[in-house]
Amino acid sequence: MILAVIMVLIVIGSVLFHFLSPWWFTPLASNWGYIDDTTVLTFGITGVVFSAVVLFVAYCLWKFRHREGRKAAYEPENKRLESILTALTAGGVIAMLTPGLFVWAQFVDVPDEAANVEVIGQQWLWSYRLPGADGQLGAADNRLIGIDNTLGINPDDPASQDDLVIEGGELLLPVDRPVRFLLRSVDVLHDFYVPEFRAKMDMIPGSVTYFWVTPTKTGTYEILCAELCGTGHSYMRGMVTVVTQEEYDEWLTTQVTFADLTS
Amino acid sequence: MADIPHEASVSAPPAEIEEMELPHAHGWWSTHVFSQDAKVIAVQYAATALAIGAVALVLSWLIRLQLGFPGVFEFIDSERYYQFITMHGMIMVVYLLTALFLGGFGNYLIPLMIGARDMVFPYANMLSYWVYLLAVLVLVVSFFVPGGPTGAGWTLYPPQAILSNTPGQQFGIVLMLVSLILFIAGFTMGGLNYTVTVLQARTRGMTLMRMPLTVWGIFVATIMALLAFPALFVAAVMMLFDKLLGTSFFMPTLVEFGEQLSYGGGSPILFQHLFWFFGHPEVYIVALPAFGIVSDLISTHARRNIFGYRMMVWAIVIIGALSFIVWAHHMYVSGMHPYFGFFFATTTLIIAVPTAIKVYNWVLTLWRGDIHFTPPMLFALGFIVTFVNGGLSGLFLGNVVVDVPLSDTMFVVAHFHMVMGVAPILVIFGAIYHWYPKVTGRMLDDAMAKFHFWVTFLGAYLIFFPMHYIGLMGAPRRYFESSDILLMPESAHALNAFISIMAFIVGFAQIVFVFNLLWSWKHGKEAGGNPWRATSLEWQTPETPPGHGNWGKELPVVYRWAYDYSVPGAAEDFIPQNQPATVTKEAPA
Repeated sequence: MILAVIMVLIVIGSVLFHFLSPWWFTPLASNWGYIDDTTVLTFGITGVVFSAVVLFVAYCLWKFRHREGRKAAYEPENKRLESILTALTAGGVIAMLTPGLFVWAQFVDVPDEAANVEVIGQQWLWSYRLPGADGQLGAADNRLIGIDNTLGINPDDPASQDDLVIEGGELLLPVDRPVRFLLRSVDVLHDFYVPEFRAKMDMIPGSVTYFWVTPTKTGTYEILCAELCGTGHSYMRGMVTVVTQEEYDEWLTTQVTFADLTS
Repeated sequence: MADIPHEASVSAPPAEIEEMELPHAHGWWSTHVFSQDAKVIAVQYAATALAIGAVALVLSWLIRLQLGFPGVFEFIDSERYYQFITMHGMIMVVYLLTALFLGGFGNYLIPLMIGARDMVFPYANMLSYWVYLLAVLVLVVSFFVPGGPTGAGWTLYPPQAILSNTPGQQFGIVLMLVSLILFIAGFTMGGLNYTVTVLQARTRGMTLMRMPLTVWGIFVATIMALLAFPALFVAAVMMLFDKLLGTSFFMPTLVEFGEQLSYGGGSPILFQHLFWFFGHPEVYIVALPAFGIVSDLISTHARRNIFGYRMMVWAIVIIGALSFIVWAHHMYVSGMHPYFGFFFATTTLIIAVPTAIKVYNWVLTLWRGDIHFTPPMLFALGFIVTFVNGGLSGLFLGNVVVDVPLSDTMFVVAHFHMVMGVAPILVIFGAIYHWYPKVTGRMLDDAMAKFHFWVTFLGAYLIFFPMHYIGLMGAPRRYFESSDILLMPESAHALNAFISIMAFIVGFAQIVFVFNLLWSWKHGKEAGGNPWRATSLEWQTPETPPGHGNWGKELPVVYRWAYDYSVPGAAEDFIPQNQPATVTKEAPA
């Protein structure tokens, strides 16, 4: 009986918490507003279902609680009711899955004009490599890593020489230009995650993974490693600053090339 | 054989095979310790699982000390923190939940509920427990070896798991893998037993479609475990080889401290596929027994037939089957081919349909029922709330794009604790309050039970519901130090402290439960044979607690399903399964 009241309070409390608490997505700074929209849609559908089910249970607890002489109804099956509920559920699932898959199709489809930015993870540091004037990143392989080549860039690949190498520093990105992050790891799994961009992807030694994003808001954002990578995992942070194209171009001129580093 | 489960019959088919001879105990040791009686083995499994579960509970406190009050408790350094979370997760999922549902409830309830004298392979059944105990002991030993237990996270992802910078890199990880291998070997002996017993040892009249849903849940979960655990077994063996022999099944070329290691050519992603091929069915290996048990608790204590029995059975079977083709939803951001996302998101969301049907049918069983607020019912109702909550947050994580920002955050931690931590554990408590009188002949104390329920249910909800929002902000999971994440406002730290305090309160309330278990064993109210006035066979045994062989001279004969509650025209509000239909019985609705 008290439980019926508590259940009503749980529903009211949860809904109020959802709308009134200060804890929510960080302000979006990328093109992935669709992800937020799908999330909000999912909150809406699941919130209604949660409230409906729990409130109905509360109603049953109050209405059908045991009293002297009360007897339950004997009704093994009700095909019609079961079919209606199944159909409704299927409808709700389709309503969430369909937009989800459409947005995923965009997520996996990298625009042709996206600029490549390589991110290299190692315990517990973020490094970056940008293509130089030739617009191409040179080849890289963990087998080539040594004292003077900590990122395993292939020195024999002509495309490598003008690559800009940023070890452990800050990454800048131009605003409103799509970026394809090419992700590598030299040691264990890591995950390149900028909460404000909404996107993330694991980095696997021996593979190159990727995702794309268009930063839409200038500002500085924290990069978090989101895949357990040893005892220093939570200290593996970095900074990415989204700037205007002019500031970005100027910043590029101050970076060192792979050729500079090896000469 | 009755085609319609809820139609009772006047007679039962003759026995098809002769009864087998039971092994009889010849002394104190073989009666109480090396027993081949499933009921004793069940209690051994349950006691061991609860004991190691207590370790996991203490570990969760230590985790929450760090998360709620970072830097205050200096003995918790990052190495220890990762050891705590790893061992907490592994113990809870494998050594507590799996062992308790299948080894504990499975052993006790399957023979009694289907009218068998015991499991069909009693010796293998005994061996199953002792190998499980050995697995637990190996796990415990890892706490005391140099370097301590592994801190690789319960998912044990390579290359990380076997390299330096992971605590327990020397011995801990080896003992972890050996322990898992032992666990799986032990489980296989028990699991084959449960499956064959259900298929072969049902008493006369107990058709598959007359079995209580508890048995269905445990039966399907066991088959799933038999098919899923081998993937983990293989992964564990291969990782042991990588660690001890220097093979490279999961190890690509990589550099550690600027040093090239001799590994090369292996695939870390392969391990993830193997792990989750086990790991996702594992979620349902825990959930399906809980689904089954909670169905029976709700039906019995609402004095009403379970609503839509056939749908419930098929939902269990379909969920079991589908759960084998959804595993990579744990890997949306793993770097696997992104097109997998379309397939796995679709299969994952399809599972929501049979799962939702189960929820509706529990709720519709309450509807027009005669609800008694007994401790088992309270816990069952708590399960509905937490399971619906956790199931719905699964729709976020299953829907691939929504998962991208939430994956690897505290949202995931909140989700899986709600859906496969809190929800099944509430069922375990409900089930213990429900069947303890059969096991011991005495009732658990009602007042202590209610206190235990309120603190556990409300506390757990207050812990895990707000936690979703910490993850929504972007706070990653498995962070030793999250207080300095830039996007976390000051208020989020207060929330973390609140969650930690609630975790302590809920944890301490479990002491009342344990005290109740021990105290009532001797001092509880006498229960009699059928205190809940339930229909299923385990309540119809000639003795309580049931003796060796369960049924005295004659096996029970079954004439009806397990849900004849409040049948119109019947003298009482329940008709046991072993009561034949009267010839003049009114036509069923």
